[in-house]
Formats: sequence, C-alpha cells, structure tokens
Amino acid sequence: MSVAAPERTAGFPEGEEIDRQIETRKRQGAIARSLFLLSLIVAVLALLTLLVTVINQSFGLVATVDEVSTAEIMESLGAATDAQLDELDKDQLVAVLMGHLERNPGRRLEREQRFYEDRLVFETQAKWDEVCSTAAPPPGCSRPARSRSDVLALVIEEVVKPQIVGIWNLGDSLFQRPQIEAEVNQAVPGAELSFRSWVSGRFLTSPQDPEPATAGIRTAILGSLWVLAITILFAFPVGVAAAIYLEEYAADNWVNRLLGTNISNLAGVPSIIYGMLGLAIFVRTLQAFTSGAAFGAGADASANGRTILAAGLTLGLLVLPVVIISSREAIRAVPQSLRRAGLALGATRWQTIRAHVLPNALPGILTGTILAMARAFGETAPLVVVGASTFITADPTGPFSKFTVLPIQIYQWTARPQPEFRNIAAAAILVLLVLLLTLNAAAIVLRNRFKRTY
Amino acid sequence: MELVDQTEPIVETPARPTSHPIETRGMSVHYGSFRAVKDITLFCQERKITALIGPSGCGKSTVLRCFNRLNDLIPTARVDGEVLYHGENIYRDGVDPVEVRRRIGMVFQKPNPFPKSIRENVAWGARINGYRGDLGELVEDALTQAALWAEVKDKLDESGLTLSGGQQQRLCIARAIAIKPEILLMDEPTSALDPLATLRIEELLQDLKEKYTIIIVTHNMQQAARASDFTAFLNMDLDRAGFLVEFGSTEEIFTRPRQKATEDYITGRFG
Repeated sequence: MSVAAPERTAGFPEGEEIDRQIETRKRQGAIARSLFLLSLIVAVLALLTLLVTVINQSFGLVATVDEVSTAEIMESLGAATDAQLDELDKDQLVAVLMGHLERNPGRRLEREQRFYEDRLVFETQAKWDEVCSTAAPPPGCSRPARSRSDVLALVIEEVVKPQIVGIWNLGDSLFQRPQIEAEVNQAVPGAELSFRSWVSGRFLTSPQDPEPATAGIRTAILGSLWVLAITILFAFPVGVAAAIYLEEYAADNWVNRLLGTNISNLAGVPSIIYGMLGLAIFVRTLQAFTSGAAFGAGADASANGRTILAAGLTLGLLVLPVVIISSREAIRAVPQSLRRAGLALGATRWQTIRAHVLPNALPGILTGTILAMARAFGETAPLVVVGASTFITADPTGPFSKFTVLPIQIYQWTARPQPEFRNIAAAAILVLLVLLLTLNAAAIVLRNRFKRTY
Repeated sequence: MELVDQTEPIVETPARPTSHPIETRGMSVHYGSFRAVKDITLFCQERKITALIGPSGCGKSTVLRCFNRLNDLIPTARVDGEVLYHGENIYRDGVDPVEVRRRIGMVFQKPNPFPKSIRENVAWGARINGYRGDLGELVEDALTQAALWAEVKDKLDESGLTLSGGQQQRLCIARAIAIKPEILLMDEPTSALDPLATLRIEELLQDLKEKYTIIIVTHNMQQAARASDFTAFLNMDLDRAGFLVEFGSTEEIFTRPRQKATEDYITGRFG
C-alpha cells in the first residue's frame, strides 16, 4: 500500500505497524472461529456417540437353543429331518401343536382364538357351546380363526421355545464373529447363532409382552401419537391465541409485563412439577371429564382419569409457555407498517391481524410449535406422575384409554435386569428417534408451504 | 371568500359553518406528558393539495396522523381540540376510527404493500369494507388512476413485493384509492424513492387532485412548491412542541412569506 503523508493520518498506525496490527486483529478472529468450530465438533461427537451406542445395541448376533429342535418336530410328523418349519402347512403346524401341548394350554389358546372356523381342535363342541353362551364369552368365540403364520408363531413360541443364551452387539458381531462362534460351540453345543435386528416389523407391530423376545412397541407408539395429538390440539390454539392477545390487544402496563415474565419463567419449571399439576387437576379433580365418564364414553373403568386425555392436557400445559413465547416473538417480528397499512384501509384490528399479522407470523409460530412438540414427544417424567401404565397390552382406542408412551416403555425396559431388554430398549430408542425425525420433517414441510407467501 | 382564506392568518378561526372537507381547530397532541404539537388550526380546500412542511421533529407527521385517527395506535397519544371532517369532529365520542379511515385514506413514507398478489393488495381493502361491485373492475380502475395499470396488468397475481420502489408506492396509492376515500393523506410518499420515481408520483398527484383532497407531508421544498396549492409551515418551539407558523397559498408562502422563520426555512437558511 502506498503510504499517505504521515501528517494526514495522524493518530492511526502506519507502515509496519499497520501490518502488525492487522495481523493481531486477524488472529483474534481466527481464535474465535476455531472455538466455534470446536463447539460444533463437541456437539456432533456427542450426538454421534448417542446414535452409535443405540445402533450398536439394536443389531447383533444372538445364540439360541431350541427346547424342541426342528429335527425332532419333523421326525414326529414323519417328514424329512432337514425340512424347515416354514415349509409346513397349517394343518401340519396344528398337528405339531396338538402333539406337544397339554390339553389345558391348548384350550386356553383356542378360547383366545380358534384354529379353524369350522372345527375345534382342543375343545369339545359341547363345552365350546357352553363357554360361548355365557355372559362374557372368550374372544375366540367371535374372532376369525388364526392364519397359518399365526399358528407358525405359536409353534415357535409354545413348542420350539428358542432360549436366548448369548447376545452380542453390532460391533462385536461384525468384527469378532469367528471368536464368538468358537465360544458358542464350546459353551453351548447345539446352539444356533443368527444375526438379529431387534428393530423388526414384528417389534413394531406387537404389543408389550413380558418376554423380551416377543415384546413389541405397538401400544407405546399408538399411545405416543394419541398423546401428542391431544397436546397439539390443546397447546397450539390456546398458545397462539394467548400470544395474539398479549401482543396485539393487551395494554403495555405492569400487569401484562408481569404476566409475560411469568410465562417465560414457567417455561423453565421442571417437567415433573407439571406432572404433579396434571395429577392434581386432570387426573383427580377433573376425573369425571378425563376418564370420559362425563360423556358416558369411559372406555376403561380402571383408568381412573389416568387417560390419554389427562396426559395430553398435562403435556399441553408443559409446552404452552414455549408455544406462547415463540408465537409472541413471531407476531412481534411482523413489521408495524403492515398493521398500519391494514388499519389505514379501514380494517378493524381483527381483520388486520387475521389477514396480515397471522399469515406473516405463521412460519415463526410453527417453528416454535415444532420444537415444543418434539419436547412433548420425548417427555417422560410428568407422564410417570400422571400415571402412564408401564405394562399394557391393549391398544389405546381413544382419548379415554389407559396408555403408555415410547419413552416410558424405554425407561421401563432399561430398568429390567435381563440383557435382552437392553436390546429392545435400544431398538425402541431408534424407533423414537426415527418417529421424531419424521414428525419434525412433516411439520417443517408444512411450515415451508406457509413460508411460500410471496 | 377563497381569497380571504388564503391571506388571513389562520390563527383567527372563523366561527362560521365550514365547507372544508377537513380542518383542525386548536388541535394539540400529547404523547404521554410530552406535547408534540400545539394549537394547530388549518383547513384543506376540496380537490386541492395541501403541503405540510417544516424541520425534522416539528410534528408534521403527527398532525397528518390525526386526520385519520392513526395516532390511536399509540397508546399514550392524546388529541385535544377539534379535527372536523365536513364540520363533524372525528374525535367526538361515538365516532368509529374504522369509519374515519374508510373515508380518509393514507399513503406512508416507505412503500408497504402487503406480501400478497398485486390484485389482492388493491382488492383487500374494498372487500373488507363490504364493497358490493365488481372487484376486478375496481382493481383495474384503482391501478389505472394510480398510473400503474399498464405496468402490472399482465402480472396481477405476482407479489406486490416484486415491483420496484416507485411502483410499490403507486400500488399503495392504488390500494388507498380503491376504497374510494374522499381525502388522501400522504406522509413523505417520495422520500424513499429515486428522482425519476418521485417525478412520476408528483405527476400522479396532479391527476389525483381532480378527484381527491390531498394532504402531503414533505421534506422536499421543491416538491411542496411544485406540487401543492396550499402550504402550511410548522416549526418547533423552545419546548420542542410543533406549532403552525404560517399557512396560505403555496405561491404566497414561497414568494412572499410573512414570517421571518418561513423565509429562512424555504430559502434553506435553517432546517
């Protein structure tokens, strides 16, 4: 750089000092920048660790020993001993069951669900007619008969009874397979080693079960979705409406400022306290309402107000402050000039809000709501207090059902001593993450559709 | 009678029934305890352009916003005195500002079209005010009056924000006249525009005064001299409250100002 006459730049550095000074300033910037990068790396590493741990536990090798081997079954049927169970037809599978089950367990299965529409296997016709004509007949009397795949599952569950004798995580399964095989052959001869994905179609569609090998998360997924739906239906309209009032109508006086401050504070109240609030208000005080008795719709008398509705409203209260705060921010960000333009055209305040303020604030409102919903979806503690069932096998049928949710299911499984529960807990976490991602993606797509306003 | 109006200092309020579309009598505006303007008494002639000029902060825009009760949006604002629309005080109890703003339209300093289509920008005001005629015709008519129709007739469904600054301001004018007001308030409508766009708006003003009574706030002395028929010069008092120094025909104010302050201001000696 050519240097101007020194007297013209008095007070500013010149010559070599300029270079030195610029160097220092740039170095400060570089330090700040590397600190930011470091923070990002820490965050990414933490998330990666979580993901790797979960995936590591969700897949892997499993060593099983069958109580009755396939070969024995085939022998009893007179089939080739190297045949597989999948190759048998329904009649053969029923025959296997008849050959290996006592009469009473067989009857229990049949009363649960018949094997054939037109004939009985374990029951006598007389006894069946008698049982079915009682006041509360077992489900088998009305349900359609079991399909072939149902019977196959029964054979595996009731006859083959594979026992898990060893579990390995994904990392070991991939890199140390020969050692594992040797170990299994030595320790439990005859054990079968197979690769198992703990996340499976069966896992997603089966209800909760005390056996980890057959337990699934259908009830928990449905419960989570039901609760989230109630939460959104409650928190979104109420939160946005409150935000509109505070931003557009409320006078700027100390009462309303105090209200605003308190709402911000409520966003930081521990979630378990909301759980206690929900227990006191929705479960106890409003029991007639949350159990559905007030509408004559109580699906389950034993719910005692510990229903999806009570849980959804509790989570709604929990996320309400977040929805209000983010909606207020979004409404405040709408330029004042738009409001003035609307009012100057002879619009009423509400017409202006509806036509101009809300549409322009909606993307921001939705962003906050998405964050709030993600929080509600993963929330556990308040639902424990509100009384989510930890073990429930019946699907929720409506807002007045007893329920469980995914995080509670995961929490309950991780507390169990058997190692298999760790794997299904990991699998459930994976499902939770994927569901969360899907819901968020859907909400973001929805938000971007609104953003497309010119 | 017009002559009398133009030459007499307006401070002596005529105590007769007025024929002016809008006038103020002894109007003062407070923001909280701060008095922004004091004792403003002026009137606007029908289908003429009245310019409000004065140094920054003297309360020109405050006065303008009193004409359509837009000061109501500021919670601490208080208006004393009278603002008469055809002799009726619009600050009287029972007068709905929504009704006032429907009769007295406004164009703002910065173009502020709605982030909606050009058509919707113009049609919205009419629709919410219960216009029963053909909205399509109304849109075309308003855009034509605002000298914008030729430029936008093929892209009525595009966003108003895709237009240039000058076009946006003309869209805002079209939007304001689409609800068929009697009076148009303009708050420095060209201060955010380039000279060419400014010129177009000034030409437009001459067309618009055939149909509307216009009050315009401007910082631009030439604009007031070129475009307006009457000029009110406001100045700031020692307590920072704005007051009316002189009001009369534009020709008089710019050629034979009666007050020293007016002369100093229009000749650029202060302000």
